[in-house]
Amino acid sequence: MRYIEPHGHMVSRTTNDYQAMVTAGCAAVCEPAFWAGFDRGSVDGFRDYYRQLTEYEPARAAKFKLPHYCWLCLNPKEAEDLSLAADVLAMIPEFIDRPNVLGIGEIGLNRNTRNEMKVLEQHIEIAVKYDQLILVHTPHLEDKLKGTKLIVDLLKQHSAVKPERVIIDHVEEHTIQHVLDQGFWAGITLYPDSKSSPPRAVDMLEICGRERIWLNSACDWGISDPLAVPKTAIEMRQRGYDPEFIDQVLFQNPVRFLSQCPNFSVPVT
Amino acid sequence: MQPPPPDSPPANPDAQALVDDSFVPVRAKLIEVAAFLDRVERHCVDDDFRCQALNKAAQVLLDGEPERARRILESLSDPTTEPDDVSTGKPAVGAWQNPETK
Repeated sequence: MRYIEPHGHMVSRTTNDYQAMVTAGCAAVCEPAFWAGFDRGSVDGFRDYYRQLTEYEPARAAKFKLPHYCWLCLNPKEAEDLSLAADVLAMIPEFIDRPNVLGIGEIGLNRNTRNEMKVLEQHIEIAVKYDQLILVHTPHLEDKLKGTKLIVDLLKQHSAVKPERVIIDHVEEHTIQHVLDQGFWAGITLYPDSKSSPPRAVDMLEICGRERIWLNSACDWGISDPLAVPKTAIEMRQRGYDPEFIDQVLFQNPVRFLSQCPNFSVPVT
Repeated sequence: MQPPPPDSPPANPDAQALVDDSFVPVRAKLIEVAAFLDRVERHCVDDDFRCQALNKAAQVLLDGEPERARRILESLSDPTTEPDDVSTGKPAVGAWQNPETK
């Protein structure tokens, strides 16, 4: 079996996890920029992080012949400091031409505030200006439904944003259809307690179809599983799905979306 | 029930396995819910808005209507539509609390 991990925060993981993922069939890993677990205090903190995403992590993955890609942004959780956010966003173009950069992400909302909306809009403008793909984080728990609607509305207001070049991640049963109906891609995140389990992910595929959907683990510094995607393949097999169906969801779908970025190469498997 | 999408896979040839494989784990989760509600009641914290939201959401399980997961998620969600003026600085907690009842 082959699969792509389209959303893994590998800076938080050990090298053993790279080894386990490759052993399980991982053909490429993509790492969105995210919150470090604490608010960074300066623009230089972000500069070092972007260097980690574009220099160090690709080298660490390369030890296992695993292609590593990344996304750049300031996470919505750090968007309340508008001054710092402006400085960080002004720096992003310095890194946007790095060879493993896929686009702008994971941008979005955290607690659905007006400041977060402002910074989200600024990120969207950068993506449009530099013709970048967009990866969107939707809020947690009770904030997800409202936040997803706000994000979709904001994206739809930008005539230059092409929905087929945007993936809205962390969808659940109450948000997935709205995202797909508007022409966006949807990411189902396999994460304990706060997002989706493998059985629920397969339920959503059965209800919504398999088009414009990818699965990811979003493994990070929290309790999470870097092998959640291949483990979901087990759930599919137990329900009688054939290998072609599994390959489309776990490999071909992410390849189709990511191939819109010229930096992405279809992994040789 | 909504009709299956055009590209949905063929029916599971062994649908009974859905029950056979999952019944015991799901049974355990339902008992966890019951034990949680007993526990918070025993410790007199069952008036917490999250416990009340859980009780309300659990009623969806009994109404016999489909799309239970979606409706439970909606039941626990913030129903407002405008962005908040300021951040609370706190993380999401899993159930929405009407600011007027805080």
